[in-house]
Amino acid sequence: MAKLDGEQVVRCEPIPGYMHRGYEKLCEVRTYPQVTTLVNRIDWLGSFANEVPFILAAEKLMDVEAPPRAQVIRTILFELSRLGNISLFLGDLGIQLGGLTIGFYAFRDREFVLNQIESATGGRFHPNFDRIGGIKDDLPKGWIAETKRAMDRIRRLCDEFEELVLGNEIFAARTRGVGVIPSDVALSYGMSGANLRATGVDWDLRRDACPPGLSYDLADWKVWTHPDGDSYARTWVRLQEVRESTHIVDQLLDSIPSGPIMAKVPRIIKVPAGEAYVATENPLGEMGYYVVSKGDLVPFRVKIRSASFNNISVVPWVSRGVIIPDLITIMASLYFILGDIDR
Amino acid sequence: MGLVESGKMPKPLTTLLSLSRKYSLWVYQWGLACCAIEMGSAFASPRYDVMRLGVIPFPASPRQADLVVISGTVTDKMAPAVKRLYDQMPDPKYVISMGSCANCGGPYWDSYSVTKGVDQIIPVDVYVPGCPPRPEALLEGIILLQERIGTEDMSKRWRGEPIVVS
Repeated sequence: MAKLDGEQVVRCEPIPGYMHRGYEKLCEVRTYPQVTTLVNRIDWLGSFANEVPFILAAEKLMDVEAPPRAQVIRTILFELSRLGNISLFLGDLGIQLGGLTIGFYAFRDREFVLNQIESATGGRFHPNFDRIGGIKDDLPKGWIAETKRAMDRIRRLCDEFEELVLGNEIFAARTRGVGVIPSDVALSYGMSGANLRATGVDWDLRRDACPPGLSYDLADWKVWTHPDGDSYARTWVRLQEVRESTHIVDQLLDSIPSGPIMAKVPRIIKVPAGEAYVATENPLGEMGYYVVSKGDLVPFRVKIRSASFNNISVVPWVSRGVIIPDLITIMASLYFILGDIDR
Repeated sequence: MGLVESGKMPKPLTTLLSLSRKYSLWVYQWGLACCAIEMGSAFASPRYDVMRLGVIPFPASPRQADLVVISGTVTDKMAPAVKRLYDQMPDPKYVISMGSCANCGGPYWDSYSVTKGVDQIIPVDVYVPGCPPRPEALLEGIILLQERIGTEDMSKRWRGEPIVVS
C-alpha cells in the first residue's frame, strides 16, 4: 500500500498475509519426513534449499550425519536450486524495468537447470529429495556431464545479461543510486543474503557458518560484495553469485566421493527431545528452522525464519520520497517471494 | 446480435463464432503461488510458448479477459479478491484452476488459512491437477477448454441462467 503525493511516495507499506498458509502450525501435525514435502513450497523457486536446513536440524537433534557422498550431492542440488531461483530474478528484473528480452532468455536457460533437478530427483519444482541421514536416490547415469553442459548454458546467460542489461544506459539510469540502503540500516532490519552483501557487508553463511551436512569447503569460491547498496549493486551481486555458483557446482561435480548415500537411521523416525536451530544461506538470504522436539513422531514446534520477510521490511524506510518508477525498481531488486514472506 | 439473444442462430454462424472465440482467448494470469512460475514457463518461455495455441496472455485488466488461470493457493484473505476479479470479467468467461491448491487445498488441506478449492468461490471449467502441474499439463488444459468452447452452444449459454455459486 502506497500513499502518494503526486508522483512521490509519502509512505509505502507492504501488507503481508495474502499468502499465509500456516506452515508453522501444519508442521506440528506432520511427521518429520512429511515436513519436507510442505516446506519445499515456502520459497518455491529454490525449493530444495528449503528442505536442507530442516533436515540438518533434525539430523542435529538425532545426532546422525549423512555420508560424504550424500553431502556433496546435497550441496550440488542446493546450488542448482539457487541457480534456478536467481536466474529467474535476472529475467524478472528485466521484465519489471521494461526489457522483455532477457526475461525470455532467463526462462529458456532456466529450463536446463530444472531438467537436471528433475532427472536427479524426479521433481521439476518440488524435489522432496532430502532425507534425514542422506538423500533419497543416487544420481542417474550421465548426469554429471549433462549438468556441466547446463552450467555452461547458465554462464552464457550471465554473459548475455551483462551485455544486454548491465551495460544498458537506461538500466543504469534507473538503478544507480535508486533505493540506497546503508549497511547499518540493512543490519538493523535483519536483511540477509545478496541484499546485505550489496551493502558492503561481507557475510555469507555458506562460508562463515556452514552447518555440518553441507560440503562447501570442498570447493574454492569467493563471496562477492558491492559497496554501493543501491539497486544496481543488488543486481550485480546476484549476477556474480550465479557465476560463482556454477563454479561451485563444477568443482563439486568433479569431487563426488563414492560410497553410500544413506546413513543408518531407523525406519520410523522419532527425534529425541531437544531444540536445534540451523540456518543456511538460501537463494534469498538466511533461512533457518528452530525445531523443538519432545521425542515424538512430529515436531513440537517449528519456527521458520525466512529471508524475504526481513528483506521487505526495509521497504517503508527505503521508499520514502522516491517516485513511483523507482518503487518498481526497488521492489524488483530487493527480490522477495510471496511464500517466503508470509509462509 | 438479435439472432443470438433470440436463440435462433444459424449453424454456420455458431460455428464461426465458436471458432473465433476458441482461437483468440485472452488469458488473465492470476498467479498466486508456486504454480505461477510454471504458468510463467508455459506462457512466457520460448520452450512452451502458449501463443501458438491462439492464447494471448497479456490483457492489462480482467475486464479484457476471456479466461482466467487461478494458479496457486487461494487463502481466505485472497478469496474476496478472486471473487471480485471474476465479477469484473465480461461474459462469456472461463476459469482454469491450476494446481492442487486451487483445486482442493492440496498439501494445505488442513490449514486454517487456506480456502480448500477455488470452486467454492467461482465456477471452474477446467481443473489441472499437479503440485505444481508441468507447463505441458496447463497447455493440455487450455486445449481441452478450447475443445469445449468449440462445441459449445452459444445461444444456450447466453439465454441460460447465469451460474450462481452461493
